[in-house]
Amino acid sequence: MTELQAERAGQRAAESLGVPRVEARSKRLRYLDVLIAVAAFAVLATLPFLFSSKALLDFVIRCSAFGLFATSLNLLVGYTGMISFGHGMFFGLGAYGFGLIMQRTGVPIPVAFIGTLLITTIVSAVIGAICVRLKEIYFAFVTLAFQMLIHSLILSWASLTGGDQGLRGGIPRPVFLGVDLSNHMHLYIVSCALLVIGLLLMRQIAQSPFGYTLRMIRDNASRASFVGIDVWRAKLTIFVLAALFASTGGIIMCLFVSGAYPEFAYWTISGEGIFINMLGGVTTFLGPMAGTVLLLILNDTVTRLTDYYGIVLGIVILFFAIGLRKGLMDFAVEWYEQRRDGAKESAR
Amino acid sequence: MDLDALTGCLASSACLVTQTTSGFIIGMLLFLVAVGLTLIFGVLKVVNFTHGAFYMFGAYFAMTAYQVTGSFALAMFCGAAGTAILGLVFERVFMSRVYGSDVLMQLLVCYAFVLIFDDVVRLIWGPEFKSMGMPTAFQVPPLFIVGGVVPPYYLLLIGVALAVAAFLGVGLARTKIGKVIRAAAHNPGMVSALGINTGLIYGGVFALGGMLAGLAGALAAPVRSLTPGMGFSVLIESFIVTVIGGMGSILGALIGALLIGLIRSFGSLGFPLFTDGLMYLFMVIVLVARPTGLFGKEVA
Repeated sequence: MTELQAERAGQRAAESLGVPRVEARSKRLRYLDVLIAVAAFAVLATLPFLFSSKALLDFVIRCSAFGLFATSLNLLVGYTGMISFGHGMFFGLGAYGFGLIMQRTGVPIPVAFIGTLLITTIVSAVIGAICVRLKEIYFAFVTLAFQMLIHSLILSWASLTGGDQGLRGGIPRPVFLGVDLSNHMHLYIVSCALLVIGLLLMRQIAQSPFGYTLRMIRDNASRASFVGIDVWRAKLTIFVLAALFASTGGIIMCLFVSGAYPEFAYWTISGEGIFINMLGGVTTFLGPMAGTVLLLILNDTVTRLTDYYGIVLGIVILFFAIGLRKGLMDFAVEWYEQRRDGAKESAR
Repeated sequence: MDLDALTGCLASSACLVTQTTSGFIIGMLLFLVAVGLTLIFGVLKVVNFTHGAFYMFGAYFAMTAYQVTGSFALAMFCGAAGTAILGLVFERVFMSRVYGSDVLMQLLVCYAFVLIFDDVVRLIWGPEFKSMGMPTAFQVPPLFIVGGVVPPYYLLLIGVALAVAAFLGVGLARTKIGKVIRAAAHNPGMVSALGINTGLIYGGVFALGGMLAGLAGALAAPVRSLTPGMGFSVLIESFIVTVIGGMGSILGALIGALLIGLIRSFGSLGFPLFTDGLMYLFMVIVLVARPTGLFGKEVA
């Protein structure tokens, strides 16, 4: 069941039962989300005890970085209908901001984390204020232009960012309250925690009244503004919020590779984000997460098997775009519904 | 930043001429690519992300044809005709399937083909840098115009691009086919109801756009090095050109391309590391001031 259908079903139930029940129901669903998040974290945390493979842990850390990035992009693309082609700039900003603060000042890691998010807030608010009033394709292009602007700033401001060599020399990781991020295991747990907390927060945003305002803007922006919603402010708010989660993804990546490279701010990161969203499906909350896992697995296996990575990946994309015409999660959800409906039919 | 070099150049006529011509060359090649992009967008309402690949194929086709036949004219013809056929097949077989669906699906199909085309070129021609070399007919001493050096090949390039601009401008405004194309851009359902095959028009426009990109690639082959992925920076720059000029406007593409060419050639003197940044900055400024571009119409 997609969320909209779920919502519609919920409304129907509300009409027959009276309004207070709905509030109770949505509260119950919220607890369910928290429960699922705790369970997911527990599973991820026990993984290292079951499998002693370092490659698996690396894979999960990369999934955390890209998963946060892709899911935050879905807040813009899927929920608000803003196709940003420059979302990767905040991923790069997170990686560079965090790396630079750690290298230059040596403050404790949480301080650097908050500092990076502050920088991201300011930058994304300025860029968003310029971009969000533009329509569809122009919004896509201007965000892309800002992405490339930041990328060329990173390349040309070599004294600060190391230019095309990237931020090298490692990221210092002072131990904070017993958490030592130079320990691979600690890094793994922290990444998983950030991923789960980030996803939970984004889920809360998506299910909040504000989240439904966003869906309304996506479906009909002029109607939304007629009922008194400040569309510009709502779009700007979600633009900044999404940037914060993308930046968190960048921070995880920065810790993982122990540096920051100009590729993190290149447009291809944004392109991959869009692609992950399409691969996984934008109508379900966890679609982008599924897309991330799928793309990373695809990446790892195909590059090992052949030099012609582009041809294989291209054909897979074509299969999704022209063959299925929807993402993996959309497909799975529809298949499940058909089966369930079929079972109901035969039970009658 | 090297502002002295920039002011020094602006003060000397020789440097001014050299930089302006090189700006025009960049601009004219960009125009040929961008005008195809803008035509395809204007008629089909599709943002063709594979356009850079057509530029790349044009260059490789021309190089191969030149190596086989030794004729420059034939090389140009092969570059343009080859990509026209490629464009037609690509549009009819793949792009026409995703017209109804949302922009993301179209972008995704294009993204897939950008990856595939780059690898196909790598497979056929190899991953290393290639060079076509200047044809013998143009291996003559450069011209000197008020002290500035201008290779004769550059004049040919500028001439071809201006001829294409005039041909397209007149063709779209004055001929019957031009009228049909404009009508199809405006209201394809009505045009099709009048008994005109809109599928053919779509295919034709895509082939024309692909051909212009291929021609640009073929013209660029003697002066640039050929490598898989060479289309990408051209694609991004021609996007900037179309966005600055206004999507769907031919005059806009011409003016935008010249502006970007001049920014690149003079910017490389004053801000050698930030040349790309200047371009993006310019685009941001234009779009903030005029969201539809310099010559774009208000989109509904």
